[in-house]
Amino acid sequence: MKISLGPPLYYWPRQQMFDFYAEVATMPVDIVHVGETVCSRRHELRLDDWLDVAARLREAGKEVVLSTLTLIESESDLKALRRLASAVPGDTATHNFLVEANEMGAVRLAASAKRPFVAGPTLNVFGPATLRLLAGMGATRWVLPPEATREMLQGLQAGRPDNMETEIFAHGRLPLAYSARCFTARRFNLQKDSCEFKCLDFPEGMALKTREGEAFLTLNGTQTQSAKTYNLLGELPQLVADGVDVVRISPELAGTRELVERFRDVIDGSAAPRVADDDCNGFWYGKPGLELIRP
Amino acid sequence: MTAPAPIELVCPAGGLPALKAAVDHGADCVYAGFRDDTNARNFNGLNFDDKALAEGVKYAHDRSARVLIALNTFPQASNWSRWTAAVDRAAGHGVDAVILADMGLMDYACKRHPQLRLHLSVQGSATNYEAINFYRERFGIQRAVLPRVLSLAQVEQVIQNTPVEIEIFGFGGLCVMVEGRCALSAYATGTSPNCQGACSPGKAVRWEQTPRGMETRLNGILIDRFADNERAGYPTLCKGRFEVSDGEMSETYYAIEEPTSLNTLEMLPELMRIGVRAIKIEGRQRSPAYVAQVTQVWREAIDACKRDAAHFTPKAAWMAELNKVSEGQSHTLGAYYRPWK
Repeated sequence: MKISLGPPLYYWPRQQMFDFYAEVATMPVDIVHVGETVCSRRHELRLDDWLDVAARLREAGKEVVLSTLTLIESESDLKALRRLASAVPGDTATHNFLVEANEMGAVRLAASAKRPFVAGPTLNVFGPATLRLLAGMGATRWVLPPEATREMLQGLQAGRPDNMETEIFAHGRLPLAYSARCFTARRFNLQKDSCEFKCLDFPEGMALKTREGEAFLTLNGTQTQSAKTYNLLGELPQLVADGVDVVRISPELAGTRELVERFRDVIDGSAAPRVADDDCNGFWYGKPGLELIRP
Repeated sequence: MTAPAPIELVCPAGGLPALKAAVDHGADCVYAGFRDDTNARNFNGLNFDDKALAEGVKYAHDRSARVLIALNTFPQASNWSRWTAAVDRAAGHGVDAVILADMGLMDYACKRHPQLRLHLSVQGSATNYEAINFYRERFGIQRAVLPRVLSLAQVEQVIQNTPVEIEIFGFGGLCVMVEGRCALSAYATGTSPNCQGACSPGKAVRWEQTPRGMETRLNGILIDRFADNERAGYPTLCKGRFEVSDGEMSETYYAIEEPTSLNTLEMLPELMRIGVRAIKIEGRQRSPAYVAQVTQVWREAIDACKRDAAHFTPKAAWMAELNKVSEGQSHTLGAYYRPWK
């Protein structure tokens, strides 16, 4: 079982992001996803910066995946996507890396450039027919949509094409929804186009609570996440049994190293899984996502 | 000068009476679904069995209206044959197109029924022309319904770069999130638009009069609380009031969106100018009376705009009629108007 680090979901200052990935280079993680997937206005790191980060991670022995923006709206979004996902003549910097396609525009570009790609978690791969088609287009790995159940995964695994790896979101706040609207800017009565980059002030997103104070969601710019941490550490034996190849951990402001090490230890059988009472795993069991089922 | 692009009015039919109301009041197309989770309006008492669909198709075709069948949820290994059977049934009824979101199902439909017209559902989450052209090349889709996230200029950019007809939402309930990419309801209630075909389902709703006011809950989660002088609305998850702290001060407000409806009537000349091919009215879960009223207003407006786009202004009476049936009795231009974002 390999461990991957998902793309960074929050907006951290430039130096902090560089420092984070310098540390990631020394973590016991096999695969690292880099790139901005949430908001095209976030530019502390430009594409060339991400490619530098990617090159350094690879020197450290990591498999690096360039993850694409989830919501593509404008021509400038497409321009950036083309550089990442297709073959721009003379631009060899991106070619050496696998691309994670997070919407179908990226699939089209990667497939027509004959580049292998990862079918990301927002491609809605729920059925075997869709997975087979993506394999035919060049997908070499796919990520189960976070809302999918174990039963759906098993159905997909049974018909899994050859040479296709399966990855699953196994730890972190769940990315639940994407919008064109920025909910962080909205909290400050700002429009997205003049958002003052408020996300920089919320390196772990903003907590959204119900009117009786119950933590419910997390606002992260245009992305809405769960308040609870999705945690499949306790389900690792099931994941192994189901033939999952990669578990994905979502980067956190603090404690990412400990998390990766804990997953590594549980995979190796040298530690027992620990699951907090306010974690959740309902999706895996076909329940509301916020529930916690003890296996 | 090229003639203004013909624009179609696509209206919701949650059942046979609504279908007839839409056709009678001037819909060019009606869209409908079967009575199960093969479509994203899987609500009790809604949708069509074979008998009703046969009658509906005949009623529409006799009056030169077309029928589109939404099969826009995502099939899985365990239920795949039910979705393919639904495609076969739709084709067998002689419908004019099926509206699909899942790639596997598109592949099945275009191989098994090469004559059947395919529309890409809004649930397919295609927001740019690369994605739309992908579905065109692979599966021959002829129309795409855009998620409600693009500004008008961005819609125009899409239209200029694809041969696929573009349909947009013009009126009705407003999804704030990219359709097909929202698991909020699944997270809170276990029912997801993608897999079960419903959001914020009625079975999870609880209304409770308390000393603090009327409280609305979804699977126990407080979505909103209303004072006596407020009109309590249905607890759609993203239209509730929540507390968000900026680090110093907590504020309670509609953190995601107000209970409001989309209404693009005033943009009609622009929509025609940029080449939007069809305008979709949301609301298969609404009554035949809603369908009749909204269809009638939009038919009049489209015809007026076709006659003289330069002098088109929405009549006050039209806007008043539409506001009456809008969620929260108010409306917004949504993402088409860039500052909304």
